[in-house]
Amino acid sequence: MSEGIGASVKRKEDKKFLTGKGKYTDDINRPGQVYAHFVRSDVAHANIKSINTKAASQAAGVVAVYIGEDVAADGIGGPICGWVVPNRDGSATHEPPHPLLAQGKVRFVGDAIAVVIAESVEQAKSASELVEVDYEELPAVANLETASSGAEIHEGMKENRYFDWELGDEAATDKALQSAAKVVKLSVRNNRLIPNAMEPRSALAEYDDLGGSYTLHTTSQNPHLARLILAAFMFQIPESKLRVIAPDVGGGFGSKIYVYIEEAVCIWSSKKINRPVKWTADRTQSFLTDAHGRDHINNVQLALDESNKIIGLRVDTVCNLGSYLSAFAVAVPTYLHGTLLSGLYDIPTIYTNVKGMATTTAPVDAYRGAGRPEATYLLERTMDAAAREVGMDQAEFRRLNFIPKDAFPYQTAVALQYDTGDYEPNLDKAMEMIDYKSFEARRSEASKRGKYRGIGVSSYIEACGLAPSAVAGALGGRVGGWESASVRVDPTGTVTVFSGAHSHGQGHATTFSQIVSERLGIPNANVEFVHGDSDKTPFGMGTYGSRSLAVGGVALSKALDKVVEKSKKIAAHLMEASAEDVEFKDGKFTVAGTDKETAFGDVALAAYVPHNYPLETLEPGLEETAFYDPMNFTYPAGTHIAEVEVDPATGVVEIVDWAACDDFGNLINPMIVEGQVHGGIAQGIGQALLENAHYDENGQLLTASYMDYCMPRADDLPSFKVECTNTPCTHNDLGVKGCGEAGAIASPPALINAIINALSPLGVSDMSMPATPETVWRAIQNAQARAAE
Amino acid sequence: MEIKESYDLPLPIETVWQALNDEGFLKNSIPGCEKLERISPNELSAEVKLKIGPMSTRFKGKVNLSDLNPPNGYTISGSGTGGIAGAASGSAKVFLSKMEDGEGTILSYQVKAEVKGKIAQLGSRLIHSTAKKLAKKFFSNFVQELSK
Repeated sequence: MSEGIGASVKRKEDKKFLTGKGKYTDDINRPGQVYAHFVRSDVAHANIKSINTKAASQAAGVVAVYIGEDVAADGIGGPICGWVVPNRDGSATHEPPHPLLAQGKVRFVGDAIAVVIAESVEQAKSASELVEVDYEELPAVANLETASSGAEIHEGMKENRYFDWELGDEAATDKALQSAAKVVKLSVRNNRLIPNAMEPRSALAEYDDLGGSYTLHTTSQNPHLARLILAAFMFQIPESKLRVIAPDVGGGFGSKIYVYIEEAVCIWSSKKINRPVKWTADRTQSFLTDAHGRDHINNVQLALDESNKIIGLRVDTVCNLGSYLSAFAVAVPTYLHGTLLSGLYDIPTIYTNVKGMATTTAPVDAYRGAGRPEATYLLERTMDAAAREVGMDQAEFRRLNFIPKDAFPYQTAVALQYDTGDYEPNLDKAMEMIDYKSFEARRSEASKRGKYRGIGVSSYIEACGLAPSAVAGALGGRVGGWESASVRVDPTGTVTVFSGAHSHGQGHATTFSQIVSERLGIPNANVEFVHGDSDKTPFGMGTYGSRSLAVGGVALSKALDKVVEKSKKIAAHLMEASAEDVEFKDGKFTVAGTDKETAFGDVALAAYVPHNYPLETLEPGLEETAFYDPMNFTYPAGTHIAEVEVDPATGVVEIVDWAACDDFGNLINPMIVEGQVHGGIAQGIGQALLENAHYDENGQLLTASYMDYCMPRADDLPSFKVECTNTPCTHNDLGVKGCGEAGAIASPPALINAIINALSPLGVSDMSMPATPETVWRAIQNAQARAAE
Repeated sequence: MEIKESYDLPLPIETVWQALNDEGFLKNSIPGCEKLERISPNELSAEVKLKIGPMSTRFKGKVNLSDLNPPNGYTISGSGTGGIAGAASGSAKVFLSKMEDGEGTILSYQVKAEVKGKIAQLGSRLIHSTAKKLAKKFFSNFVQELSK
């Protein structure tokens, strides 16, 4: 069986993880290590009148207690914002400082005020209870709707607004709305989510006073980026004096992209006390302080002509970015959201305005899908509402408005240019998989059992593979979007790949090996994958935005090109032929038109034992590095269809069937792709049915444990039907697009549309997320009360 | 969260009012109160041991008497911090009125409670029922003390 591209080989890394042999940051211990525990604000918004650390400093086992003043005295800066956008009036995004430890003010429950460092975790925790903080409480700003009139959170920031951004042609869009035969209006809320990676965030920092350098082990999706931000911007030390290692990382979903204050405090204090400092979040701290996701309110207006074709779209969005601007908080609701508003549809004019608001809640940033789920949700909910209003079948209304296959490359009204796509086959396939045409018979059968059955469609597109650096730069991004890979061929022909991407569950060790196996004709077992260590791998941008394969995999492919090119020259020398005549296939070099051949291993050996080698024209060794910056995003697209049954007596929604047909371009490992789709759908179902981060009016997070924050479990999920179509990406060597976020992007609107479809006979036309039994039951009761009036 | 209740007491309004301003009576009435000392005419310091859901915590804080309208009522409010468990605060508006027979007194109250920190994060589901229970306990203790 082939182990190369397209083979569903089992994951190499699973044995380690399934047998509990993974090595995570908290598993690593250093001699003399001490433990940090943070004293956190239990009020949402307050001035700090005084902090008394005396008793804590004298408690058993305490090594040091530090507060904001200590950080300020050493001039250490806080986390920085990695992307900014211009305001409508031309002014810049407001970027308030985010101190490592509070400087006179706290802005959310969980804001760090002091750090207590002790010989044991228990001693640090006990001593932290002795830190006395005297607050002058200020009104909390917990509600997104009223944030602009709330108490000032950051000095000089008007109306608690970080930015007020727009994209598209407002005049043309408003004209389309005025001239439309029909305008469909919808207001939706994208509920706030908490990432809940299985492994909590953790950091272990060590200072080497002889070399004046630091080593940080941390839970990061992008160790090089973390190093750059920490060294150059926060500590202002030479970047080469900081090594960042992200060992095994147990899930990120976006929440581990950013540099958080905790790892910076560990680095800083490790030098101050000259001992390694470890911190690991407990689950409550994760709930309180990991960057949350989503939290948008979108007002949508869709203009249709007489033939039900879309002629314009306007979306006005207010989004909650929390107490401080996290690294990519600004990019998520703007360039990762506004640019996706055309969806799969041919929309001549689009305008969007996004207001990014501060509240006294945890910072909000990218979470699986990051902006694209919000765009897809509002658009697909609106498409559904529009189909209902004009009396068309939901699938056929979408089909009517799809960008036609022959229109690619397609320039949207919101900046992106889709290179390729063919959307009808995905819709057709998903409809066939779920037997769409027989749905009404199933609905009637269910109604005999007293259940309301519904079917919901969601057709999505996403922009993956962050990013063309030039585009990102022009749009306010402060980092590049390329990726790197090195391929080291050993003398015996085994290979080690050093990648700038980072695996925290995605299976890079397997897929990247498959690319090597395919290209060099060697077994997967002969390929090792090294990642996550700034001292070992070439500088890379890490893993997020479904970019590992589409950018990092292509970088690997380009490094392999260089290996093959050099190998051919070596092989030509060994076979006494001209390099142009040498062909390489299945691990063998041959000379066209002759029976001469030499194996890849022989070439590798010759490169390192160059007894018979063209040393005057060719360097010995066989190790190549490539950096790859894409020309465009990639555009995975597809259709998901959900089928549900609702019990009107209890409001319980049962998902009875799910069909997903996605176009991810070429697949390296279909099994891993299917797993990604499953996981993504599960997360989307979590958002649609179960999960919600709830702050009360005082800014207290009431959903800070699994008792109150409901994650999806196996018994909440159906067996998914997953298939793929393939229009290969036109602008990368592998023709791949990215699959990591698609499920989470496509699924919430499919499910909510299905619930509305089920309950529409009762007069239900709207449903908010999460559609808990209570929410659904109330919607039914309200609809019945309206009908009775 | 607000809770409203009322009691009929077979005692004159002045007696009830005095008791409401007597720290001995209050100490015996506040559930879990281990210490209550007057530090100014309308301010008392308190230590109260409470169990909310899974957490048992000793709160240190202050009790304030305000909106004094003798003998018709006042607002008694308390706030305290319970270390790592977070903080809790609550207030009760107490209204006294003569019963129609002129002998007894109707005591009614409205309670508001707020919690912060870990109690809010882990026990918010339990706050309403706990506050209701504690308020009820306070006033039933109070009535019991008065009847002694």
